[in-house]
Amino acid sequence: MKFSRIVLIVGILFFAFGTFWQAVAPWLSLKKIPVKSLEDIAKDVPREFYMLAEDYPVEFNKYFGKADEKSFMVALKTGRDIYIADICWQCHSQCVRPVSREEIRFGRISYPSEYNNVMQLPQLLSTRRVGPDLIRESGVHSNDWHAAHFKDTRSVVPGTVMPSYAWFFDKDGHLNKKGLSVITYVQWLGSWTKPEKYVLQAVNTEAAKPESSESVKTEEVKPAVSESAKPEAAKPETGAAVKPEGGKP
Amino acid sequence: MKSEQDSIINYDLVYAHIVASIVLLAVVFLAGMLYSLQFLHLYPFPGIEFLSPGRVRTVHTNGAVYGFIVNGFTAALYWALPRLTGQRVMNEKYLGWFMFIALQGAVAATAIGILAGDSQAIPWGETPWYVDPFIVVWLLLALVQFTTPIYKLANKEPLYAANWYMIAGLVWIPMVYIMGNYVPVFFVPGIAGAAITGTWIHDAVGLYVTPIGWGLCYYFIPVILKKPVWSHALSLLGFWGLAFFYPLQGVHHYLWSPIPMYAQYAAVLSTIVLELAVVSVIVNFMMTLKGRAEALKESIPLRWIYVGIINYAITCFQCAIQVLLTTQKVIHYTDWVVGHAHLIMYGTFGFWIMGFISYLWPKVNHSETYSKALDEWAFWLLLLGMELMWVDLLAGGLIQGFTWWSLSPWMDSIRYSFPFWIGRTASGTLMSIGLCFYIYNFYKTGRKKTVSLIHAHEVGAGGGVR
Repeated sequence: MKFSRIVLIVGILFFAFGTFWQAVAPWLSLKKIPVKSLEDIAKDVPREFYMLAEDYPVEFNKYFGKADEKSFMVALKTGRDIYIADICWQCHSQCVRPVSREEIRFGRISYPSEYNNVMQLPQLLSTRRVGPDLIRESGVHSNDWHAAHFKDTRSVVPGTVMPSYAWFFDKDGHLNKKGLSVITYVQWLGSWTKPEKYVLQAVNTEAAKPESSESVKTEEVKPAVSESAKPEAAKPETGAAVKPEGGKP
Repeated sequence: MKSEQDSIINYDLVYAHIVASIVLLAVVFLAGMLYSLQFLHLYPFPGIEFLSPGRVRTVHTNGAVYGFIVNGFTAALYWALPRLTGQRVMNEKYLGWFMFIALQGAVAATAIGILAGDSQAIPWGETPWYVDPFIVVWLLLALVQFTTPIYKLANKEPLYAANWYMIAGLVWIPMVYIMGNYVPVFFVPGIAGAAITGTWIHDAVGLYVTPIGWGLCYYFIPVILKKPVWSHALSLLGFWGLAFFYPLQGVHHYLWSPIPMYAQYAAVLSTIVLELAVVSVIVNFMMTLKGRAEALKESIPLRWIYVGIINYAITCFQCAIQVLLTTQKVIHYTDWVVGHAHLIMYGTFGFWIMGFISYLWPKVNHSETYSKALDEWAFWLLLLGMELMWVDLLAGGLIQGFTWWSLSPWMDSIRYSFPFWIGRTASGTLMSIGLCFYIYNFYKTGRKKTVSLIHAHEVGAGGGVR
């Protein structure tokens, strides 16, 4: 046989081998985890979505009607699409690694089954973090915080390099469909780990008294603790959640 | 002999692809500079949806690959392949020009699609879903177009290393593209999708850009130096090392993620071992230069290529270190990776293309380089800017990584990065000035058709080969 043909065949074989090990084998390993459809996801609507309908009743009613599973599906899908269209994923990762104390900063370490749903098609793990990780974002900030932040990022987080998203708002400055959807999406991310967060919150509140918490601003730290219900109370606990754990090793 | 070789090259196609490559390089630079301004709070178009920084960044990365690099490589292939094989490419008049127009159309559609918000969330696969089929068809056409002369030659005599690389790259890329742009977008979600995405990201670089780039170097270096490569055995080692180890390392883009560890370990190990193959190729090129190093003073194309090779050695050494799971704890998700990507995509492959173009442009115009001084300025500014940007982003990346690890407030990592982002924009400005010199010289060289055809080939115009 001609040498060039051997090159061709062996090259393709090598490629097949590499692709099998790197792509097909992980897929086979993870295949037993069922893939959740949008309907499956909507069985567990995060309460931030209902709060969104209460926070912005006029806008919400205009674009989504009643807050229920159906409107949640529409909002979540739209929000995910905007997250991709505005390329949020290039500056925000969605994966908490078991290293670099990320479980303290962000919350529970990522696990495969939480990604097996249609909202991760294509996956949004990302490879760069200019802004913080978002996979545990649900409830970390209030809906209002997100609305204000999208409107003028630097008025909420001084010095941030995230652009403001004027097109999430209509002419009068109210949230439009895009804005409501993106907030729905971001508030959904990690909502499935919330019970665990409440436990962490209790532990942290007891374990540490806030000391120099003034130096730590709420919006600057992604607390492991969820404070969705009462965002104004997040300040002291944020410092508490971060400080003592950081000093441990 | 010379006239026979030249008659089988379509000068117009080489010319057209070179122009497209340089024009798109300028667009890529512009998009990169714009995006870097966002980090300094100086973004000139706030509040415009179509020019939101994220989208501009994506135009920057995609334009670099599909616009600048693919056009540059295609131009060089149209030149090198007929000369390597003594055969014409399959069809110039129809297929060649159709491919040229189709490529520019695909690049334009990709850029517009991204700005309009139709991108896919796959790194380097952001090409909108409606552009993907056209790119697949284009890659298959390129496969037919460029492997035809190699196939004709292969029936007569054994192939030179450059040809293997080109076959390999051209055969691999359509498969890789289909895998990366369809499977994780439409069929496989989540973590398995991430493994496939990682494989695509890495294969696009490792199984198209690298083999075509190396193959072209195996052509241009001996031609410019007028001496054979040092060792054909080493070129064999390099080729098989690349073929075996490159497809195995995709997952190293997602280390410490929930992807099964056997895939992660394989990716780490093969990335380290690939260093051997890379060293074999670099040693081969360096030993080819041995005794003729003073040619670097005269020939700017050669200098582009060799500086690219040195950058390649640096990046690959860096690869072997940064892929370690320990290092990944700090540098993953930081600007370190961005610096690494710039040094490999522009500092190596980009510089090679600049070298090929510096060599080819006077030849296709039957002229001489307009100004050697301008060429020197362009070279040194781009080189200085590139290396500064690399060091700057590496340092910034380390600071970000350790700031996160220390559990400082998130905004601290932004504040501490600020000087490095200023450094990035400054080094980008240096590079842009260098590119302006390069383009002005390029334009003037194209306008200066004074030297007769035969003379141009004899002196090796612009190449400065003695």
